[in-house]
Amino acid sequence: MKLTTALSALAILAATPAAFAADIPEGTVLSENQTYTFWLLDAIKSMDPQINTDVEGSDILRNLFEGLYNEDAKGDLIPGVALSHDLSDDGLTYTFHLRPEAVWSDGKPVTAGDFVYAWQRLADPATASEYAWYMELMQVVNASKITAGELPPSDLGVKAIDDHTLEVTIETPLPYFPQMLVHGSTFPVRQDVIEAFGADWTKPENMVSNGAYTLSEHILGERVEMDKSATYWDADKTVMTHLTGLTINDNNQALTRYLAGELDRVQIPAGQYPRLKAEYPDEATSLPYSCSYIYNMNLSEKGPEALKDVRVRKALSYAMNRDIVVDNILQGGQRASYNWTHWATAGFVMPEIDYSHWTQEERTAKAKELLAEAGYGPENPLDLTLNYNTDDSHKKIAIAAQQFFKPLGVNLTLNNMEWKVHTDRMQNQDFDLARYAWCGDYNEASTYLDFFTSYSGHNNGHFFNDEYDAIMKESKTAADPQPLYTQAEQILATEMPFIPIYHYAKVDMIASDIKGLPTENVMQTWYGRDLYRVAE
Amino acid sequence: MIVYILKRVAIAIPTLLLLIIFSFLLMHAAPGGPFTQERELPAQVLANLNAKYGLDQPLWKQITSYIWGIVAHFDFGPSFVYKDRTVNEIIAQGFPVTLTYGGISFLVAVFAGVTLGAVAAVKHNTIIDYFAVGISIGAQVLPNFVMAPILVIVFTLILGWLPGGGWRFSDPSFWIMPVIALSTSYMASIARIMRSSMLEVLNSNHIRTARAKGLPGHRVILRHALKPALLPVISYLGPAFVAMITGSVIVDIYFSTGGIGKAFVDSALNRDYAVMMGVTILVGALTILFNLIVDIVYGWIDPKIRY
Repeated sequence: MKLTTALSALAILAATPAAFAADIPEGTVLSENQTYTFWLLDAIKSMDPQINTDVEGSDILRNLFEGLYNEDAKGDLIPGVALSHDLSDDGLTYTFHLRPEAVWSDGKPVTAGDFVYAWQRLADPATASEYAWYMELMQVVNASKITAGELPPSDLGVKAIDDHTLEVTIETPLPYFPQMLVHGSTFPVRQDVIEAFGADWTKPENMVSNGAYTLSEHILGERVEMDKSATYWDADKTVMTHLTGLTINDNNQALTRYLAGELDRVQIPAGQYPRLKAEYPDEATSLPYSCSYIYNMNLSEKGPEALKDVRVRKALSYAMNRDIVVDNILQGGQRASYNWTHWATAGFVMPEIDYSHWTQEERTAKAKELLAEAGYGPENPLDLTLNYNTDDSHKKIAIAAQQFFKPLGVNLTLNNMEWKVHTDRMQNQDFDLARYAWCGDYNEASTYLDFFTSYSGHNNGHFFNDEYDAIMKESKTAADPQPLYTQAEQILATEMPFIPIYHYAKVDMIASDIKGLPTENVMQTWYGRDLYRVAE
Repeated sequence: MIVYILKRVAIAIPTLLLLIIFSFLLMHAAPGGPFTQERELPAQVLANLNAKYGLDQPLWKQITSYIWGIVAHFDFGPSFVYKDRTVNEIIAQGFPVTLTYGGISFLVAVFAGVTLGAVAAVKHNTIIDYFAVGISIGAQVLPNFVMAPILVIVFTLILGWLPGGGWRFSDPSFWIMPVIALSTSYMASIARIMRSSMLEVLNSNHIRTARAKGLPGHRVILRHALKPALLPVISYLGPAFVAMITGSVIVDIYFSTGGIGKAFVDSALNRDYAVMMGVTILVGALTILFNLIVDIVYGWIDPKIRY
């Protein structure tokens, strides 16, 4: 017997026309100009779904291609190319039912085979995708062995039952598997097009895509232009006719051009939100965004002896005055954090963390006490270094931290380094404290919590805790993993392998006539086909 | 003359080769690589990437196959970071942009700088001189990363006359601000060099002789003073021209031109070895070429120089 998931039920509900694409309230007068111009900080590195690794690249890919599922304005899943799926009783086999009317921009139907090809391509060592590990994260059968070159790509646990039925087998049950399908690296691509053009297939003249838009121009580091696709299955309800992404490397310059009316959305440079909010209350916005900012501590053999003492680690964390960081330095609606997982992550229940309720005076007093117990203080100062990569905000926060630690008798030496050097040192455990930020790949707490398992490839501080590992392993099969996540966060608060500092917010200027952008989705995933411009 | 040029070209080849080898080694000595990123790649994924881009080969093999690719096919390889593009494509897109705004900036800087410097020298210690010196010092001390945002605030935000950035070959309104931002400091340098060199020439014997013969002032200046006074300016112009047409990272960043200047700096920060080598070779080759051109022009202007 197969289990119809809640999602399938949702899909049936959603089959009423109003739920698709731009959802325009009655009586809205639309502007004649239905174009949307957004800001890109950097050149788009790749337009190939299986090669792209960037957030900005993903924003473009979501408009050019469509995967099995999409997200709505609240971050809930809605049907994309897949209308629904069935899940086997053991939780290991997903059968997706694909939308028969979905076609590529050249008119050919989107088939299950296109997904099989794309997924095999992602894992294939010949593709050498930097996101090959995502197939492993999704636990698709044989993904790691294929990436290691031990098995051919055809052995991947994904097959086309017929043109419109896709079957995926995973190695262990993953409650959040459907959420992971929103990611660009799982989008379908066309084998015949890639084989015909090679790496040039992403050029506007060659690209065949299945999203709401087609690529009309891409000048590296200058602009990306996308036109509404006439062949998209929901083209009738897609209101925006044209999307433009402009690369502007300087954030302040981008803001000036936004104010001159050249852009519809731009990030607000650090520290300018209060001023802009007062001046443009309808345009300045701050929404939670799934990234977490920390100072990672090196607990490895190469790290300083002092940081192996949990009292020292706690003292440093307690002394960090997060309110000053968010209220006086960043000033953009970011939230002070005392844990790891972003507070707005779907389903996540914030654990009770004792020191989050203390006043800063209490925290500082406790920090002094703990540090004295560990044998450090103004008479016997502790010398540590903090590495951070070049950025104005990182610098300000680092200087603040230096001041917070000073009364404790901790002399913090600041090491500013270029991004690649910083990363290289961190990954080689060549640091005491290091600035770090992690952004969620999908909207579920495990995207954060997996990070601190001993078997994670990202745990640069070498925090190894058997109890933590056991809890995270258990969470993969638990009917409700949330209580386990709370326990995991409690261990992090007790062991304090890093200093939590703040949870990100997306702080943007958005033109007041642009509607349909996500408001409650912490991933901030947006789709051009949901947008529309009202008449002013 | 021909022999001289051939000799210089013959020296250029080993020079470029040394440049390639040194840059290549320096680049690989920098910590991190093209695939070093926030999320450390699993060893297997990294191995696949290194294999695909030949980074698993010993350095000497990488460098010889790289040089062979250039010599045999004029192929600078694929970008390690912009994976849908080859280095040839990146240069083919960015270089025409910087060549356009850099070339125009060069003409503006030379014309304005020489005029300003010459006039200041001729009208030495008058109000015109002070004015010209004032302009050139002002232009020199105002860095282009300060000027660029001011230009956009004035011409785009307040006046609304010019687009705030981007690039269109078909629309010169996109060129104006990059040209102003790039040319001013070069113009100032040219004006100062021109002024002091012109002053020196005006006090020399042959000018005194020309004046004593009773030639009218403008003839003395245009026929006898200008040419020798230009010599120091010309030796400055060779490297300046190369620096201008290969772009300015500041202009590219602030005006989003998509030019090669930003690509060069990015390639170093991204450890995009292939693009970095490609642009280094381009800049190196152009520098050698324009130094040669400057030397040839020298011979033409100054009859004392013979090759």
